[in-house]
Amino acid sequence: MLLKKLVLFVAAAAFAAFSGAAMAYPDKPVNYIIPFNPGGESDISARLQAPFFKKITGQDLIIQYQAGAGGAQAWSVLNDQPGDGYTIMGTNLPHIVLQPLLQNPGYATDDITNVHMFHFTPDALIVRADSEYETVQDVIDAAKEAPGQLTAGGSATNSANHIANQLFANRTGAELTYIPFTGTGAVIPALLGGEVDMVWSYTTVAAGQGDQVRMLAVAQEERHPLFPDVPTFKDLGIDIVGGAYRGIAVPESTPEDVRKELSDIIGQINADPEFIKQMEEAGFAMLDVPYEEMDDFMANRKKTYEDIARQLGAIQ
Amino acid sequence: MEIDFGFVLSQALSPFNLLLALTGVVLGTVIGALPGLSATMAIAVLVPFTFTMDPASGLIMLGAIYTGAIYGGAYAAILVNTPGTPSAIATTFDGYPMARRGDGDLAMTLATLASVVGGVVGAVLLMTLSPLLAQVALAFHSSEYFWLAILGLTLVASLSSGNVLKGLIGGAFGFTLSMIGVAVIGGDTRYTFGSSALLGGIDIVAALIGLYCIPVLIDMVARPDRHLEPAPIGRGFRLFEAIGLCAANGFNLVRSSIIGTLVGILPGAGGSIASLVSYSQARQASRHPDRFGKGEPGGLLATESANNATVGGGFIPTLVLGIPGTPPDAVILGALLVQGIRTGPELFTQQSGIVYVFMVGLLIATVMMLPLGLIIGRYAYRFIVNTPKSLLVPLIAFMTVVGSFAIHSNPHDVVVMVSMGVLGWLLSLAGYGPSPIVLGLVLGQIAEQGFMRAYLIGGARGNFGGQLLFDRPISWAIAALILFTLCVPVFKHFRTGRKKPTEVRP
Repeated sequence: MLLKKLVLFVAAAAFAAFSGAAMAYPDKPVNYIIPFNPGGESDISARLQAPFFKKITGQDLIIQYQAGAGGAQAWSVLNDQPGDGYTIMGTNLPHIVLQPLLQNPGYATDDITNVHMFHFTPDALIVRADSEYETVQDVIDAAKEAPGQLTAGGSATNSANHIANQLFANRTGAELTYIPFTGTGAVIPALLGGEVDMVWSYTTVAAGQGDQVRMLAVAQEERHPLFPDVPTFKDLGIDIVGGAYRGIAVPESTPEDVRKELSDIIGQINADPEFIKQMEEAGFAMLDVPYEEMDDFMANRKKTYEDIARQLGAIQ
Repeated sequence: MEIDFGFVLSQALSPFNLLLALTGVVLGTVIGALPGLSATMAIAVLVPFTFTMDPASGLIMLGAIYTGAIYGGAYAAILVNTPGTPSAIATTFDGYPMARRGDGDLAMTLATLASVVGGVVGAVLLMTLSPLLAQVALAFHSSEYFWLAILGLTLVASLSSGNVLKGLIGGAFGFTLSMIGVAVIGGDTRYTFGSSALLGGIDIVAALIGLYCIPVLIDMVARPDRHLEPAPIGRGFRLFEAIGLCAANGFNLVRSSIIGTLVGILPGAGGSIASLVSYSQARQASRHPDRFGKGEPGGLLATESANNATVGGGFIPTLVLGIPGTPPDAVILGALLVQGIRTGPELFTQQSGIVYVFMVGLLIATVMMLPLGLIIGRYAYRFIVNTPKSLLVPLIAFMTVVGSFAIHSNPHDVVVMVSMGVLGWLLSLAGYGPSPIVLGLVLGQIAEQGFMRAYLIGGARGNFGGQLLFDRPISWAIAALILFTLCVPVFKHFRTGRKKPTEVRP
């Protein structure tokens, strides 16, 4: 009797182990390192992903923070982590392209193995609700009348916001003086308090500020569902599409099948209508670049950023 | 807007929410007392748990942790001369000398009382004047941040106890340290000597732990006497003595709490500036400015009331404008967003129930700090006084390493902590105190960025002087305060010098 039970138990255990192996990744919680402080867009989107990850895989996504040097401290040690798929890291564009271009941050852009880009926060030109500028054309006219006298705030130097400001000047000939602040959060009081005339920021920021601000245009292919009345730059004949892109990377020792599996899971989360709804209500714009298409996507973005960085005088 | 007070009170006072507030305060106090473990991190770790609660309960818990952590920062400051959080930098100035001379029990009780008073003032202003006070966050432009940082830096002169030159050199050194890394404005890489580890600059918390704690540890090993003078047995909390001191410093407490709330509202400032500015104002208004820095209860009361007032103050722009006043507020704001709650004006009109339950909960958590703080503080004090040095030193040394690693889960910060510690010890042998260096490091970035932004904006508008000072009435006021702070000691010196020409101070 006892022997029979034991045999059954062993058989069951063997079956469990076998089926576990067949189901493979992931069969335990996954550590998700965010290279920034909690509270930012990277953190919020990761927190929105976590319950869906659990729903699809049955495993927890454990969010951790390793902030420092604008993300560089975490990215520079990404490849030292075990490549078993249980340590994954958030990655951000343009950061991982610009940082190695401008200084030596301890990693190269190609050291980072991106497996999936899952959303972006489109650049947006935002003014106060009571601003005299009603349209992008108003800004262009005013800037051409007095080149460099209008001020546009943004987060940090050589950042996504800084690039947007330069692209805008390239495409329209309107020169705005870019004023860098420490982080997205610090830009908003400067806008609301009238220290700067307008800011380069993201749709997420406009979503958080409600009717205190007016968004003049967004840098998306199509209008954002949350702001159906705000034109895209393309609607206005200005070719700017971009923003801060966010994705997930793994250590380079991670096997191909795990990279694909992870990319599939993130893709499934991205396809969930409930997830899309939550993301878009917070102002994010969906994006789906799976592992297979990553090389093309990165090559394209690198080209754009390198051209602008050269123009900003940041690289020779 | 109609608020159902009965509903709000019954919610905030529900046993579950009271339990959450209690747990939050205890947890926060312990986390705040351990240098390196920050309120931001504690809140970020606990945010997922609050998703299972209703939003108001979750908020109460997070608010309680936050206020407890700011208070807990005083423990390490008083008992081992190490600010548990940057908000407690100025608490070391008088808290530690008090503990050294055997008044540690009194210092702990004073810190508790002051924290409760500051916290209550901040929470009450949050409940009553939020929409109005939120405008302060918008009225402060880069130039005001610059002047505010300079006002904080005037403390260097008064902290350098006799040797102003050495204080200024220390401050300039700290200022230089603050420039290490990639500049926010301009993007230049400065003083990194090719090391990618230095791109992020010197972490302030790592530097604080090193500069303040390592010299104390070396000192404890090098000297044969006890770390702190023990208090006579059976002296109790010295609560009545402390209340008496609070009453005598009533005006100081109110002024510091209001400064704390106002500075808390400013998204670019924070608890460290709040306590430094209120300390400098308390010192200047005192009849005995020379006692500050040597264990003056008034200094301790000023800093601890100011830093806890920043908690309520910081929630003002967070809830009214959707702009986080402090880093922990940013995490709480993110948590609200994930739960689908929009902050900003709508929060007060559409979801006012949650907001008011939270505010009342925060107030209750703050009041709970009084009994809890007195008890925990007493145990902490007894532990530090009674533990033999041979155990205490390795324990604290271990905590400094864990704490500096925990800031960003990065060994680099431990290296920074140890290097700054050894440097701080060597400098202290030469007569340079750690505080001017820390002031330069903390305020340097704010001053530099404020000035540079005013320069850029002024340049674009062709009116730099106006942008920095002349067109900015708030800047006038702060600049006038700086002048006043710098001139009063000189004036006093000449007046007393003329009255009593025979008195020669040793």
